Amino acid sequence: MNRNLAFGAGLTAVFVLAALISFAWVPQDVTQMDIANKIRPPSPAHPLGTDHFGRDILSMIMVGARTSIAVALVAVGIGMGLGVPLGLAAAARKGGWLDEVIMRANDLVFAFPSLLIAIMITAIFGASALNAIIAIGIFNIPVFARLTRSGALSLWTRDFVLAARVAGKGAARISFEHILPNVTNLLIVQGTIQFSLGILAEAGLSYVGLGAQPPTPSWGRMLADSQTMVSFAPHMALFPGLAILLTVLGLNLMGDGLRDLLDPRLRRDRQ
Amino acid sequence: MFSGWLRAGALSAAAVVASVGWAQARTDLVVGMQLEPPHLDPTSAAAGAIDSVLYSNVFEGLTRFMSDGSVVPGLAESWEISEDGTVYTFTLRSGVSFHDGTAMDAEDVKFSLDRARAEDSQNAQKALFADIDTVEVVDPQTVRVTLKQPNGSFLFNMAWGDAVIVAPESIDGIKQQPVGTGAFKFSNWVQGDRIEIVKNPDYWGEPAKLDRATFKFIADPTAAFAAVMAEDVHVFSGFPAPENLPQFEADPRFQVLVGSTEGETILGTNNKMPPFDNVKVREALAHAIDRQAIIDGAMFGYGTPIGTHFAPHNPDYVDLTGMSDYDPEKSKALLAEAGFPDGFTTTLKLPPPSYARRGGEIIAAQLREVGIQTEITNLEWPQWLEEVFRGKDFGLTIVSHTEPADINIYARPDYYFQYDNPAFQQLMTDLNNTTDPAGRSAILKQAQEMIAGDYVNGYLFQLAALSVANAKVMGLWANAPTQATDLTGVYWED
Repeated sequence: MNRNLAFGAGLTAVFVLAALISFAWVPQDVTQMDIANKIRPPSPAHPLGTDHFGRDILSMIMVGARTSIAVALVAVGIGMGLGVPLGLAAAARKGGWLDEVIMRANDLVFAFPSLLIAIMITAIFGASALNAIIAIGIFNIPVFARLTRSGALSLWTRDFVLAARVAGKGAARISFEHILPNVTNLLIVQGTIQFSLGILAEAGLSYVGLGAQPPTPSWGRMLADSQTMVSFAPHMALFPGLAILLTVLGLNLMGDGLRDLLDPRLRRDRQ
Repeated sequence: MFSGWLRAGALSAAAVVASVGWAQARTDLVVGMQLEPPHLDPTSAAAGAIDSVLYSNVFEGLTRFMSDGSVVPGLAESWEISEDGTVYTFTLRSGVSFHDGTAMDAEDVKFSLDRARAEDSQNAQKALFADIDTVEVVDPQTVRVTLKQPNGSFLFNMAWGDAVIVAPESIDGIKQQPVGTGAFKFSNWVQGDRIEIVKNPDYWGEPAKLDRATFKFIADPTAAFAAVMAEDVHVFSGFPAPENLPQFEADPRFQVLVGSTEGETILGTNNKMPPFDNVKVREALAHAIDRQAIIDGAMFGYGTPIGTHFAPHNPDYVDLTGMSDYDPEKSKALLAEAGFPDGFTTTLKLPPPSYARRGGEIIAAQLREVGIQTEITNLEWPQWLEEVFRGKDFGLTIVSHTEPADINIYARPDYYFQYDNPAFQQLMTDLNNTTDPAGRSAILKQAQEMIAGDYVNGYLFQLAALSVANAKVMGLWANAPTQATDLTGVYWED
């Protein structure tokens, strides 16, 4: 078993589990403020301390994981859901006008710095978790479209595809029945990487106040809130910061591990 | 060659010794503040940042505020008020000149007042001048102002930054090149960074002790903290992060000045929007709010609870906090009575200052306890002015009203919280017609009770003036009776 994969999957599982558990139970209600007990360092009652409103930071991180994962998951979903069919279509009509239109539109989206446009979208349509999802999702579309197209192009020249064509199957059917299953491994690897980027983007947007709005806890906003207090309450910044770091690290390691596992060419190279 | 080097070395060494030996007090000062002025004409914009830089330093009015809020003679040396309280005859100081060298005389006063009250005036506080009927030049040192009706607060009005005296010669460039009569002259403005002022050697009064001062604009609280800690700025007036003040207090290099402001911080309530048009709902809001928790949580303990729209340090203040004490059970009962046993959902739109952003989160949690759900939207100032202040598209908001003695805003039915009570409007008319202090005091107290009884807004706390300064900087204002950073008496201790 691949060490990267095991470690990455383990880290990711911890946070996914924390998010799932938070639906049923958290140490302390995150909307419950206790001003008298604000900015307390870690203690048995509050393992990660309390924030500037006396809320339990462990609970905030657990519920915040929910926000991060939900935003990233849906954003990757949007990217895959739209990007993969576009990529398949472009590959099937290689060199045609459809291919040109799709790929040039992709280039257009790629040309803009993604976080900047995400900020613009949330600034225009208002700051909310939903708009953050859409903004991040839009930038996932070209990533998946390109990947799918390049993977699919090499498959279109293969004999089994030729056989399918001879059998009279249409381009759409071939794309979904024969091409898609063979690019799935690529998509899983890229999906994992995009997932980690989505979590980072959500944290970034929340940090500047454009992500999930209070009282919904979010790691990025926890960091922003603690900014002026770092000098005397480092725990307030440390734990949400670590949560972001470890989740992104875990997902990246998992992505690397999955690539090693799923990509047969790489496996051969290593041996 | 060699000897040249040696000589240069000896000279510079001597210079170092001399400068150490003489150790004169510093005469330069860097003042940090959060907001940069949009332009530099205090008589044509509501932006308090303009006054924060220029009031008293560069521009002066007929009268002026002192740090304790009292009104003293400014460019007017003395004045006489007629028996019926409608004619004010001001005697101007002699020998006062503007920074461009032209003399300040009665013509300039007439020009300034007429310009401020003109039909097309851009003045943000035209109400200050509304009672003026005519302004006449008697002789170069004497101005006679006739009011349409007696106005007990006329001298107070003339002390505002919006009523400073400007010259017709320099009015065209005033937004970029302000020319006033103050102890400092405007020198340079690097937009987005700093404004520099230098000592006016020809000042009519006691000259400034500083030779030059720089106002540096640092919007980010973390950067403000770092700039003060690194001693890049010597004074930060209106320090944005109260949570950092204990660290400055513990550090002998710094002093923390905690004073009073005219800033009543309120939970602005849209009185025209259901369900807030029901006084029972507004009363329920008032009882759902725990002021002390907001002061502790949002301002780290800095602030005084208020029960009405009036500054607690004012002698006419009535403590009405008891009328809206924290009582969630009573709040729930009132909501049920008003027809909302299960509460309701409304919007809470918050401008950028931390009192609003943090206070908003705390208030949202407190309202949730009694069943009122709030959708929080964080807005930047221009958006807030557009949506809330002008557009009146909000349920609740939090804002601090920093203008002095501004209870009369409740007499304006089109003001953003839309309180429309003819009885109150009559009260304000009576106030303007009363010059006798006892009568004014009685009316002001009645007015405070009326708005507290109508639960117009949620009254939270009086904003504290929080400044951090180098421990050796003396003569700073601790209080903020108006938006000002008066440097005319500031000096460095040896």
